[in-house]
Amino acid sequence: MKTENQKAWFFVLPVLLLVAFNALVPIMTVVNYSVQETFGDNLFFWQGLDWFQQLLNSERFYAALGRQFLFTGIILAIEVPLGILIALSMPRKGIWVPVCLVLMALPMLIPWNVVGAMWNIFALPKIGMLGYFLNDVLGVPYDMTQNPLAAWITIIVMDVWHWTSLVVLLSYAGLVSISDAYYQAARIDGASRWSVFRYIELPKMKSVLTIAILLRFMDSFNIYTEPFVLTGGGPGNSTTLLSIDLVKIALGQFDLGPAAAMSLIYFAITLLVSWVFYSLMTKDDAK
Amino acid sequence: MRAKHLIPIVYILFLMLPIYWLIAMSVKTTNEILAGFTLFPQDFTMDNYVKIFTDPTWYWGYINSIIYVSLNTIISILVALPAAYAFSRYRFLGDKQLFFWLLTNRMAPAAVFALPFFQLYSAVGLFDTHLAVALAHTLFNVPLAVWILEGFMRGVPKELDETAYVDGYSFPHFFGKIFLPNIASGVGVAAFFCFMFSWVELLLAKTLTAVEAKPIAATMTRTASSAGYELGLLAAAGTLTIIPGAIVIYFVRNYIAKGFALGRV
Repeated sequence: MKTENQKAWFFVLPVLLLVAFNALVPIMTVVNYSVQETFGDNLFFWQGLDWFQQLLNSERFYAALGRQFLFTGIILAIEVPLGILIALSMPRKGIWVPVCLVLMALPMLIPWNVVGAMWNIFALPKIGMLGYFLNDVLGVPYDMTQNPLAAWITIIVMDVWHWTSLVVLLSYAGLVSISDAYYQAARIDGASRWSVFRYIELPKMKSVLTIAILLRFMDSFNIYTEPFVLTGGGPGNSTTLLSIDLVKIALGQFDLGPAAAMSLIYFAITLLVSWVFYSLMTKDDAK
Repeated sequence: MRAKHLIPIVYILFLMLPIYWLIAMSVKTTNEILAGFTLFPQDFTMDNYVKIFTDPTWYWGYINSIIYVSLNTIISILVALPAAYAFSRYRFLGDKQLFFWLLTNRMAPAAVFALPFFQLYSAVGLFDTHLAVALAHTLFNVPLAVWILEGFMRGVPKELDETAYVDGYSFPHFFGKIFLPNIASGVGVAAFFCFMFSWVELLLAKTLTAVEAKPIAATMTRTASSAGYELGLLAAAGTLTIIPGAIVIYFVRNYIAKGFALGRV
């Protein structure tokens, strides 16, 4: 049992100061911008909640938000089951285990813009392996810069390539912690493969899977660099996700007020969904 | 059994395909790349690598990235260690709220912070320094390091602390000599994650640097736009960005599975 000790605050102080410097000052800057209008030269005028109202009535925002939820939904629906399936079929012991783990973790350690650039060239017709294979070998017309569906498929395949391993490694960590006794008991009872998964493996993976889904949700919802380098948000606006739209408004058009209002709403949505996951997680810990 | 092993094999092949293709492209000449797709390099050349290792704007990009990533890892672990200890051992006023607030910073979209960070670090005179990027990346690495370390520390029985105090150890002595070796794998895993997220992040790193501390990934994007499409050179630079990660991951290979569970299995 933990002991009550207020002096523990001194241990937390360095983290608190560092994160406060990095988080509070910028967030307050954003809050400031969100209620003001600027015409350059550091002239600011009070604007109240106009930017928020404007944003919540703009179709552009809802379109980007919709694309964002669609993207996050699709990649979670693919990566989570696929990751579990791969983890289940991996060997539990032997020299192949570290080999598998290292190779699988590799895509996650590549800088995000390199990932985007890599897939951009990979998908080029004639030059890239994927573009060449689809267009010239299979005869499927594929051009990500013209066809929105092709762009979407490319972004999703790229994310599956990049991040499924996170789910695999987490699920695998959950699986190897199950002792052999459970499997032996299941064999004696004549349990089917499905029941072993449903009643032994899945409950044991529950906590790590929550972490996996939480991390994947946060990161895919905040994704910027990879799709921006891959498609630049196009063709048209078809792959303009929330972050891409935000950077366009903030740094492209330099509309600081609307961008700040959008930032706050964006952050609030991520926070809300993550908080639901976090409460589920800590509820499990309490048991 | 055989059919079952097919799944990870096919998956790994799928992962390796773009990486193989990137490496193959890095040893091709520009003419060969533009002439059309070839599976194996016909006209093997190391020119692209020679260019990167002899041109200061290229190799300084790597040195800059490695400097700020290392700085970030050291800072993150140093401040996270005592905090994680406090969270794993004591109850104090507002501990749960503080822990969640720390985690919320891991959830913040980097795009939200780009512009305010630029202004903040310009105001304190750190713009275009390695320290600026290292400090900026602590925003999401410190919460993660605290989270991972707390998980590992919770696994160490509290009796260890009590026995050490009864034996007359001072706190710093106990922490350094007895406690740290017990969670060494946790420190390794936390350092790995800090390295990883600092190495792969570009938006903030690019926003906070201009010349002196420019990361390699930014050198790549600027070259891509200024010098036309030198695909072979870009592929070689990309290949080299995979290497530090591969080296680090090799060292922590035996802790990966547990580390990815953040010590909570």
